[in-house]
Amino acid sequence: MADEIKDKIREYVVDEYVEEGEEIEVKDDTPLITGGLVDSFSMVSLKLFLETEYNIKIPDERATAEAFDTLNAIAALVREYKDA
Amino acid sequence: MSNIGSYDERRKDFDWGQAREELAYDDAPTKNIAYFLAERNCERGLGDKVALIWENAAGDATERFTFDELRRYSNAYAKLLRGLGVEPGERVCIFMDKIPDLYFSFVGILKAGAIAQPLFSAFREDSLFTRLENAETTAVLTTKRLAGRVRHIRDKLPALKHLIIVDAGDAEPREGETHFDVHAVGPVEEFDIYPADEETPSVLHYTSGTTGAPKGALHVHGSLVAQYITAKWVLDIRDDDVYWCTADPGWVTGTSYGIIGPWALGATQLVLELGFMPERWYAAIEKYKVTVWYSAPTAIRLLMKEGADIVGRHDLSSLRHLVSVGEPLNPEAVIWSEEVYGLPFHDSFWQTETGSIVISNYPGMRIKPGSMGKPFPGMEAAVLNPKDFQPVKAGTAGLLALRPGWPAMFRQYWRNEETYNSKFVDGWYICGDRATVDEDGYYWFVGRDDDVINTGGHLVGPFEIESALLEHPAVAESAAVGKPDPVNLEVVKAFVALKPGYEPSDKTKLDIINFVRKKLSPIAMPQEIEFMDGMPKTRSGKIMRRLLKARETGEEIGDTSTLEDD
Repeated sequence: MADEIKDKIREYVVDEYVEEGEEIEVKDDTPLITGGLVDSFSMVSLKLFLETEYNIKIPDERATAEAFDTLNAIAALVREYKDA
Repeated sequence: MSNIGSYDERRKDFDWGQAREELAYDDAPTKNIAYFLAERNCERGLGDKVALIWENAAGDATERFTFDELRRYSNAYAKLLRGLGVEPGERVCIFMDKIPDLYFSFVGILKAGAIAQPLFSAFREDSLFTRLENAETTAVLTTKRLAGRVRHIRDKLPALKHLIIVDAGDAEPREGETHFDVHAVGPVEEFDIYPADEETPSVLHYTSGTTGAPKGALHVHGSLVAQYITAKWVLDIRDDDVYWCTADPGWVTGTSYGIIGPWALGATQLVLELGFMPERWYAAIEKYKVTVWYSAPTAIRLLMKEGADIVGRHDLSSLRHLVSVGEPLNPEAVIWSEEVYGLPFHDSFWQTETGSIVISNYPGMRIKPGSMGKPFPGMEAAVLNPKDFQPVKAGTAGLLALRPGWPAMFRQYWRNEETYNSKFVDGWYICGDRATVDEDGYYWFVGRDDDVINTGGHLVGPFEIESALLEHPAVAESAAVGKPDPVNLEVVKAFVALKPGYEPSDKTKLDIINFVRKKLSPIAMPQEIEFMDGMPKTRSGKIMRRLLKARETGEEIGDTSTLEDD
């Protein structure tokens, strides 16, 4: 079954971070930070996207490279705050 | 015993002739830096020694290259450039992630007599264009991933003759492009190295100022003398070390001390393609038995946030000497590193313009946590009164200045003599930083003397950011300032007044942030945006950036009437 949260984030990541002409498939477990697709400075924009899209507030201390490294991890973080 | 021995003794009798003698500089067949990094190490019997240990971003592959391979692969790059007709003195840009080709091609460009212009791989089209246009760069060496950014702007760069892609495999090159695979071409045994002298231009690094576009600080082959001796005495690099400089060669630390200094000493260097990632960094220190670690305060503060538990899970006993650069290292970080690693980080200070370390804490010298340290032997520093440019008394804040004359000092801002000249007053080079010096001769950083933003050790010019912001359809007015940040020293904060018809919202913020990121780079991207109804302005209509900055720093701005007259 499709995961709407992951698909929405995937769409954003592909639109914002994948270079034009770059052949990268962003899977649920594709490393975004350790894979070099999203750098540490850009995590701010990814965090703001999640907060705007899902009307949540992610504390800075939870916005770590590990927590933002894959769609699986990001979606889990979003769910945690969405359900809170 | 450290390489420097006693700082005080060295300071008494040092002259640059000693560094030349140690390097056997005057007997060398050429002053070309590349010769000292590759050929000379092979002549010294280090051909089979590992020069580069490289780990890929995923962390599942490691490659090792000897000094002889460095010699032959850099020959291959030099031969490519000469074959394409790249003339000595032409600017050749390296636009790559931290892959082995970056290091081979840097040495190869110097061998061909061209000027190496490394640019940070996070730069997007506008940042790239400004620097390639200003330098009239004739060739760009890049990768498949990044080539598109160059293609987008190529039509506007008439000087750019060659776009060379180094990882395209067997794919057919597009028209006007060249594919080059150093591994397929294979090592090249012989190359006639360009006979550079000490004043031959070598490296062009761009740096930001308060106003105008970034400026290219031009260095020369003679810089090696200073980079060699500072790598030896400040970084304390020895023959059996595994040295790790975490900086990207898109910035000056990554070339002066991520390529030139350590390899001139014949040291083995570690390069991780990956950026900051605590677990992977500690694992790399353990796996490759890193002994000397040169990093940045932002990374150190982030490691502090990660805590000591993660340190305990790794064997970091190989570490022998730790040095920091990029922004002032806070005393807590020095104390923490001594507690957790058993070794203090030694802060060092220098700039793109200075080309080599100029003020530092040295092995064996008492560290005063939070201090930049003392001037390198043979160098004169001072804190000057901004009004009369005379040295101030101990403890008084003023302009940090250096007496020019060390070999690695930049020789010009690329075709910008006026700005270059403005950096010198009464025989002093004015660094652009405010500092104090104490009774014991230790220097202490106070802050920038201009509006340049230092974020995570990278200098960003507010003008570039504001210009990009104004191109966004919703932005009527903008100002960018450095907002104090516990990790990055400063982060970019933008004040934005919107055009009629646009409403302040998180969505607009995100849109503006991403707009700047894609035009300039993630570093220049505002980490915070504050919407304003209008901007505070001078009587002549100039936005009072300093007033906005004072609001962020909590600084007392006092009477603003003088600012209004600006």
